[in-house]
Amino acid sequence: MSRSDEEKDTVSRADDFLQMFKKGAEFTQDLLKENERLRFRIVKLEESLKGKDQGASSETSDIIDLKNKIEALELEKKEILGRIKTVEEENQSFANRYLEIEEENNMLANLYIASYQLHSTLDFKEVLQIILEIVINLIGAEEFGVLLLDEKTNRLEPVASEGIATNEMPSIAVGEGIIGGSVKTGENYFIESMEGYQRDFAKPLVCIPLKIKEHVIGVIVIYKLLVQKDQFTDVDYELFTLLAGHAATAVFSSRLYSDSERKLSTIQGFIDLLTK
Amino acid sequence: MTAYKVLVVEDSPTMRQLIVFALKRIRGFQISEANDGVDGLKKLSADKFDLIVTDINMPIMDGLKLVSMVRNDPNYKETPIIIITTEGASEDRERALALGANEYITKPIQTMQILETVKKLMNV
Repeated sequence: MSRSDEEKDTVSRADDFLQMFKKGAEFTQDLLKENERLRFRIVKLEESLKGKDQGASSETSDIIDLKNKIEALELEKKEILGRIKTVEEENQSFANRYLEIEEENNMLANLYIASYQLHSTLDFKEVLQIILEIVINLIGAEEFGVLLLDEKTNRLEPVASEGIATNEMPSIAVGEGIIGGSVKTGENYFIESMEGYQRDFAKPLVCIPLKIKEHVIGVIVIYKLLVQKDQFTDVDYELFTLLAGHAATAVFSSRLYSDSERKLSTIQGFIDLLTK
Repeated sequence: MTAYKVLVVEDSPTMRQLIVFALKRIRGFQISEANDGVDGLKKLSADKFDLIVTDINMPIMDGLKLVSMVRNDPNYKETPIIIITTEGASEDRERALALGANEYITKPIQTMQILETVKKLMNV
């Protein structure tokens, strides 16, 4: 190779090198730019991550708040449900009490009417009839009788009855058997069990002495209840005693009135005879 | 307020008073009384009643006869009839209902039961 060829070759290599160097410089610049862009991106991402972390922690605290609120509300709900239960129980208790009072009220109203009817007349027979009506309609007895004390003989004599003939009922001495014993002590008698009971004049279902204070003037004796009345209720026991008290005074005063009327008419007869 | 006319037919004055006293607790009830079925029929023809309450065992005309006669009267075909009686046997109940009674209540008298039955029948 000649010297000029060598020079040309050198120049051409230098040009190539220069070109390559230029490309290298451009590539380096591109790399720098890319690097800068990526760094910027990293900064951005880091910032965004930081923001997200902060958001997540605030979200967590919100959830905790909500959980606390739910727990508080659950407690409140439990308390309210408890109160509702208490109120419902009270309500039920009031309703039951209302029914009891209503029943007592009805019993008192019935008792008032019964005693009003008993004292509405001084006719002895009418008083006995009212006693029978009351025992049928308020107590629910089907077979029963009223026996009054004859103070001369100290025996109980049947004077009225329902479901059985009055003359079929025996006269009983005070102190004799269940009926006489009930009159002697002045205590009510109720049979222990009504199951399989058959009418027995000596063993009644119920004996209610007719008392004015401690003075017994007679007795109501029950032998059979209405089919639909298979047992006595608590109200019956009270009703028996209260009605017996009113019946006793009504019987006593009407008998006294009848006796005095009879005596009056006898005396009037004598006076008429003497004055004629 | 609507006034309802009620006829109570019962021979026992005590029982009649008990029923009347119970029914008076319902506001708007005008109550008339009759001693037996015949007396009841007379009062039913003289006025128009919205409810009839009757016993069964009564002199002159019993409650069942009264129910059957009332149901034959076009004016009282639909009028509610309640029977209050000592007769507790199921055949008595069935007979009374078959004749046209709407309700059958047995004695001894239970005010609450009477009031509930009346209120149910009269929608008061």
